[in-house]
Amino acid sequence: MRPALHAEWTKLRTVAAQIWLLLAAVVLTVALSAFAAASARYAEAGPGLDLTRLSLTGIDLGQAVVAVLAVLAVSDEYSSGTIRATLTALPQRSTVLAAKAIVVGAVVLVAGAIAVLGCLLAGRLILPAGGFTAAHGYQLLSLAGGPTLRASVGSAFYLALIALLSLGVATAVRSSAAAIGVALGLLYLFPLATALVPSSHWQRHLEQIAPMTAGLAIQATVNLRGQPIGPWAGLGVLAAWAAAALLVGGLVLRLRDA
Amino acid sequence: MSAILPPYRSNLPAGRDDFGQLLHAEWTKLHTVRGWMIALVVAGLLVVAMAYLATFHHQNYVQASPSSPVVAAHPLVPMGPSGEAVTDTFYFVHQPLQGNGSITVRLSSLTGLIAQSSGSGSPGHGNSQSSASQSQASPGLALWAKAGLIVKDGTRQGAPYAALMITGAHGVRLQYDYTHDIAGPPVAVSAASPRWLRLSRSGDLLSGAESADGVHWTTVGSVRLAGLPGTVQAGLFVTSPPLASAHAFTSPTATSATAVFDQVSLAGHWPQGAWNGLAVGAGTLTPTLGSSGFRQSGGAFTVTGSGDIAPAVGDVGYTPEQSLQGVFVGLLVVIVLGARFMTAEYRRGLIRTTLTASPRRGRVLAAKALVLGAAAFAVGLIAAAISLPLGDRLLRVTGNYLYPVSALTETRVILGTAALFALAAVLALALGTILRRGAGVVAAGVVLFVLPSVLGAAYLPTSAEQWLLRLTPAAGYAIQQSLARYPQVSYAYTPANGYFPLAPWAGFAVLCAYVALALGVAALLLRRRDA
Repeated sequence: MRPALHAEWTKLRTVAAQIWLLLAAVVLTVALSAFAAASARYAEAGPGLDLTRLSLTGIDLGQAVVAVLAVLAVSDEYSSGTIRATLTALPQRSTVLAAKAIVVGAVVLVAGAIAVLGCLLAGRLILPAGGFTAAHGYQLLSLAGGPTLRASVGSAFYLALIALLSLGVATAVRSSAAAIGVALGLLYLFPLATALVPSSHWQRHLEQIAPMTAGLAIQATVNLRGQPIGPWAGLGVLAAWAAAALLVGGLVLRLRDA
Repeated sequence: MSAILPPYRSNLPAGRDDFGQLLHAEWTKLHTVRGWMIALVVAGLLVVAMAYLATFHHQNYVQASPSSPVVAAHPLVPMGPSGEAVTDTFYFVHQPLQGNGSITVRLSSLTGLIAQSSGSGSPGHGNSQSSASQSQASPGLALWAKAGLIVKDGTRQGAPYAALMITGAHGVRLQYDYTHDIAGPPVAVSAASPRWLRLSRSGDLLSGAESADGVHWTTVGSVRLAGLPGTVQAGLFVTSPPLASAHAFTSPTATSATAVFDQVSLAGHWPQGAWNGLAVGAGTLTPTLGSSGFRQSGGAFTVTGSGDIAPAVGDVGYTPEQSLQGVFVGLLVVIVLGARFMTAEYRRGLIRTTLTASPRRGRVLAAKALVLGAAAFAVGLIAAAISLPLGDRLLRVTGNYLYPVSALTETRVILGTAALFALAAVLALALGTILRRGAGVVAAGVVLFVLPSVLGAAYLPTSAEQWLLRLTPAAGYAIQQSLARYPQVSYAYTPANGYFPLAPWAGFAVLCAYVALALGVAALLLRRRDA
């Protein structure tokens, strides 16, 4: 396993595009969060706004970049033919996939943690200017608050799970364009299509099983009862999606010629 | 001495390199890949399927009777003179006026009440019928509270009218036939500074004038109401519109206004000689506050009213674009296709053959964009042309009200949707030429076209969402908006309520600018870089 991990780590760290994508994921996440925080006004929102969730809005965008990164980690091997060298060196295909998942997941987890810290810092600095002050019953964002800490740690894990989901999809689909289409379709189109369903009962059920809406439940710190699913249960749903994608990807990898 | 041989020249005639041939080549590349043609068909089917999902089995206001399942005109939404949906709810102190004449009045007070915490209504349509009791109200005047004089073709809702009024904060206004609004002097009214109003009829012509002292008059405007009958209902009116809520899921707050009129003087033939009070449109969908009515003591009238006389906005009914909410799913497929149409050439090395056959690279890009754009346009056109009537019919069958939309607007919505497909595909093509990486292109396309909607549905403040819909290619969705904005109606004109921050063609222009920019950069890079 160790040589496999080392090989994957070398591949990831020596491709310029991957470094840029990691950087872009962090920057775009923090930028969208700062934009959301800067455009929120107490006069408009009133009391009871979930500031933690608002400050972590950037994850919605950052996950797209993370998905690209994870897809390219697999698809590039297929488009350049490296996959044949990889599988010749390490014929145990499930080990290759596991090593890829561990390395990509770990790297994204670290980048995600940095992005989340940036988001919280942006929210902490920007939100009071919009009127979200102690006078209006809002506390400064701080990792000392239990729910905020859970939301932050959970958001970093959310990004890592998105990477694993995309990795699994890419291993199954191989073509980078199709893989990213499937991955982002799962993430973004699910909630939009959910909004079209007329029955609120079914809407709630769909939100409970959609990877994005369920996974992002981890960010909620206000009105937890109003959420379609509990925070950790929601992240569990996303983890199940990621595991299923990796399983399908692993099967395809074993059964199909590279 | 050796003779210099002339260079070899083939005797074969040079092949034509015209643009038509290039188009034919690109079309062959597109339609011979079976997966791509299937993708195009799937994109169209998805849009139609989503239209069905979005409109099928929606709850209706009134139960359609089994004998007549198709409701032609919604019984609760009045129609204005030119067939538009209107709000027509106010308190009317009236009597008939025969032939020409005028009414002059002094308005000495305009005050109002605002319902306290209307509470969050259940989301969705058809919940706006509420009549809060006066005990839950606090003093306050709606900015568009209206009190003044009105001449109306009967007391029926939706009948033609002209009204001269003083508003809560928008001064004197002469409004007629619901959608028209002429601004007068920006004055307010109080006991210390009362205001005089005069509305006169002369044939089809109605003129409004206002004065600070009843001596020196300023004309506010004259309007022509074609086909006004000989006898009309004329008199005093008061109304006060609900306050728009900033959020989609809270119902608007009802308000009411009370005005004191005195020194009423009539000219012309008023056969009845006595005033009748009538709450026009009571019990309809417009949220009203308290009980309206009037009290006459001596020459003074105290009139209380609630509602509005204005074009209808908001969630009274459905719009045609309701059935096009699934367009983004089709766009996603088209974006993947557009990206593949270019990146596949690089992946397989076909680009070198293509550029050898047609060395003028700008023309290759143009041909690709034209072929792909036309194919996507055709798919979008068919999908929209099926979805719109389908959604229309499904909504009507369940007795829902649909905003009346002119044929021109409907054509714009359908053709605009088709153009969205074409532009999304071409944008993906251009990005594919620039990035050469399928994953990056698709991600960029999805983020640009779909993310603003996702964020809007999720947790972004409305103002941030509006900026995204101004600045990103998603601004192009505005071309699908069929509702009009009226400055004289206060309403939450937010994306969630069907109003885009940019006008339809302005939003479309933003998208076109993005596509043009991307194509320009793509053409430049295609020329500069090795294939």
